[in-house]
Amino acid sequence: MVSARTAAAIDRVKAIIDREGVLSISGIRKEFPGVLALDDVQLRIRPGTVHALMGENGAGKSTLMKIIAGVYQPDAGEIRLRGQVVALRSPLDALEQGISMIHQELALMNWMTVAENIWIRREPKNRLGLIDHAKMAQMTADLFARLNIGLDPTVQVSELTVAQKQMVEIAKAVSHNSDVLIMDEPTSALTEREVDHLFAIIRDLRERGIGIVYITHKMNELFEIADEFTVFRDGKYVGTHNASDVTRDDIIRMMVGREITNMFPKVDCPIGDTILEVRNLTLPGVYHDVSFSLRRGEILGLAGLVGSKRSNVAEALFGVHPAESGEILIDGKPVTVANPAQAMAHGMAFLTEDRKETGCFLTLDCLENIQSALITRSHVRNGFVQQAEVNRLAEDMARTLRIKTPNLQETVENLSGGNQQKLLIARWLLTKPRILILDEPTRGIDVGAKSEIHRLITELAAQGVAVLMISSELPEVLGMSDRIMVMHEGHVSGFLNRDEADQVKIMSLAAK
Amino acid sequence: MSSQDITARAPRTQRKLPSEVNILLVLIGIAVVFEILGWIFQGQSFLFSWNRLKIMILQVSVIGIIAVGVTQVIISGGIDLSSGSVVGAVAMVAMSFAQVSTYARAVYPGLTDLPMIVPLLIGLGCGAIVGLINGWLIAYTKIPPFIATLGTMVTVRGFAKWYTKGQPVSFPTEGFAWIGSGMMPVVIFILVAAIFHVAMKYTRYGKFTYAIGANAQAARVSGIDVERHLVKVYVIAAMLAALAGMVVAARGQTAQAGMGLAYELDAIAMAVIGGVSLNGGRGSILGTAIGMVIFGVIISGFTFLRLDAYYQEMIKGAIVVAAVVADVHRQNKRRKTS
Repeated sequence: MVSARTAAAIDRVKAIIDREGVLSISGIRKEFPGVLALDDVQLRIRPGTVHALMGENGAGKSTLMKIIAGVYQPDAGEIRLRGQVVALRSPLDALEQGISMIHQELALMNWMTVAENIWIRREPKNRLGLIDHAKMAQMTADLFARLNIGLDPTVQVSELTVAQKQMVEIAKAVSHNSDVLIMDEPTSALTEREVDHLFAIIRDLRERGIGIVYITHKMNELFEIADEFTVFRDGKYVGTHNASDVTRDDIIRMMVGREITNMFPKVDCPIGDTILEVRNLTLPGVYHDVSFSLRRGEILGLAGLVGSKRSNVAEALFGVHPAESGEILIDGKPVTVANPAQAMAHGMAFLTEDRKETGCFLTLDCLENIQSALITRSHVRNGFVQQAEVNRLAEDMARTLRIKTPNLQETVENLSGGNQQKLLIARWLLTKPRILILDEPTRGIDVGAKSEIHRLITELAAQGVAVLMISSELPEVLGMSDRIMVMHEGHVSGFLNRDEADQVKIMSLAAK
Repeated sequence: MSSQDITARAPRTQRKLPSEVNILLVLIGIAVVFEILGWIFQGQSFLFSWNRLKIMILQVSVIGIIAVGVTQVIISGGIDLSSGSVVGAVAMVAMSFAQVSTYARAVYPGLTDLPMIVPLLIGLGCGAIVGLINGWLIAYTKIPPFIATLGTMVTVRGFAKWYTKGQPVSFPTEGFAWIGSGMMPVVIFILVAAIFHVAMKYTRYGKFTYAIGANAQAARVSGIDVERHLVKVYVIAAMLAALAGMVVAARGQTAQAGMGLAYELDAIAMAVIGGVSLNGGRGSILGTAIGMVIFGVIISGFTFLRLDAYYQEMIKGAIVVAAVVADVHRQNKRRKTS
């Protein structure tokens, strides 16, 4: 039985929460050596809403989320949780006070089961003080039923796909019954259908009155799921609005602080002869009978959902993981591409999907990163790198691509994502490729750098380079490509010309 | 930042202060501490004794030769535990082809008084074989370098004992003994270090080694034949260990199967103290050379202060751990600021 006084107190707290939000922060400042990451920012999360946090890379979104999740301590400012000023000393502290975070990098223990991962530190025990696995499995099954997740709780996490791991992460966060749930780019590894499932879960959580902070680079998601959004720019608070009150262009303007008149500056340029032809490329169980051709000066967009094996085809073309059967013809002649060195000898270049995993040498400086591909083929005499000549080329290229770095001796891990990407593009352009394969060339980089890279791709095409561009962002594919190839589960499901293509046609081919 | 000043400030290739400066400062600091302790406890200078400095550098340069090879292995992202065993085995084999005819019980009585180049080439060849095995195991069967070289470490030591059934091999020719005489170990070390300093900094070999250690996947996509390169790296490391083995044998004018025991650990320690990151992709030969001198200063400093040998070992271990802790700390700091 709740006494009248307690009830009144609860009402008062509820009133405060409705007015101030379940989580309200103000005046937050955070400085890292040499960088002011956050300067007097504010954010208010109302219960039962999805609040999107927008901003270019380096705007301070992730830093703020880490402060809310207890990873970093702010230098100044106030955090109010349910109306009370709180200090969040560690991730565990934040969790116990009702804030869960789903990190961008998955943080599951691969060699433990799904259930063990979810209930770690909170395992149900039997009378002997040992873990009650039956009960734990039951608890997991109940949780999954509530979230409509069809996974076996006893399976090892290492056997799950990335999307399934993401679902486990979400279930784990939900299982804490937190008041505030932070999701940092939760859809980056999910297919369209899984995204729908995730959104259904988010809507359900919203119904239950949870305040959700949602970080995304994808504009479409914002309009589909978010109620409110807040924009940061260069570590400063720009504004908070209802999602229904603004347009996409308004948000981009707020994020970059300037008009972006043309996001995709594709100019028409003459398309030449066929340079690359692929016939029936097959790797059993992965992709089958992939055939297409690519011409000089053409940009061929390659669209498809996660699991369409687009990247695997690109890796086969470049010899990273060769196909088992099928033919690759360059200038009409069949060629073998058993490794990247052979692909480069045929004039190919390959910007891989994952900058950190397969692109950058993070511990090395910019110069080493730019020259690594060039010196495998030229500019070496008697084993010695002709450094003066290479330096000149690298400096010219860095200037052309407007790579922002004090000098080329700077270690690459200190550069922003956009600049790292430009550095990798510089690496490949130095090899003077005739065929350029780009896998997600603008993933995870800010709007400004994005349009610069788009402009660059167009310029290359105008110079006669044949471009194969894989992208998960439909506006990018539509805006940049002369022709679009769509893949679905390892098969080519169709081609669209620039003038006939639209998002609906691509999606219907990609999802089938 | 507006786009104008980006284009105006074009990136340049200018030199930064090398990271070895920090290690050099550590070396100077340690030397000064021993100098002060010397005056307090021994009433004499530690540093200003030509003889002591000579012995100090002689003591470490044999392991320094190994450390040069190990440095490039660690930079490539691997580790080599077999070098100490290679020292023992190559000492035995090379010495058996370097004996004088006046010695009645030579290993190969028909093959005595050979010119110095013969045992030298045979020794280097033996090293190359061990390196090939290491490199092949690591690059093509993909087993971790720690395990692969642990295996060869044990096997090669076994071979060294089997070679003469445990008997020492002695009485080398004058020519062979020359490579270990006087200051020759130091001269050889300086030559080897200089060659590999240049190789790591200015040749494609060095650039590829750093690239593979920094990110093997990215190196592969850049067109580097990662597997073939790794084999080269391990072959060179084992050949340098072989050279060190012959220097040790020549200096002592005898070879024993137990020679070079735990040298690999001292060599790794020198590299780590010299700022070579165990995660690969970071470090330099110059750093390792300074690390070697730090190592030497500490050992001869303790001896000078008449510290018990048991304490010396314990402190040596602690210093290695401290160097790794410093490396991990540096990397965490970098990660946080980026």
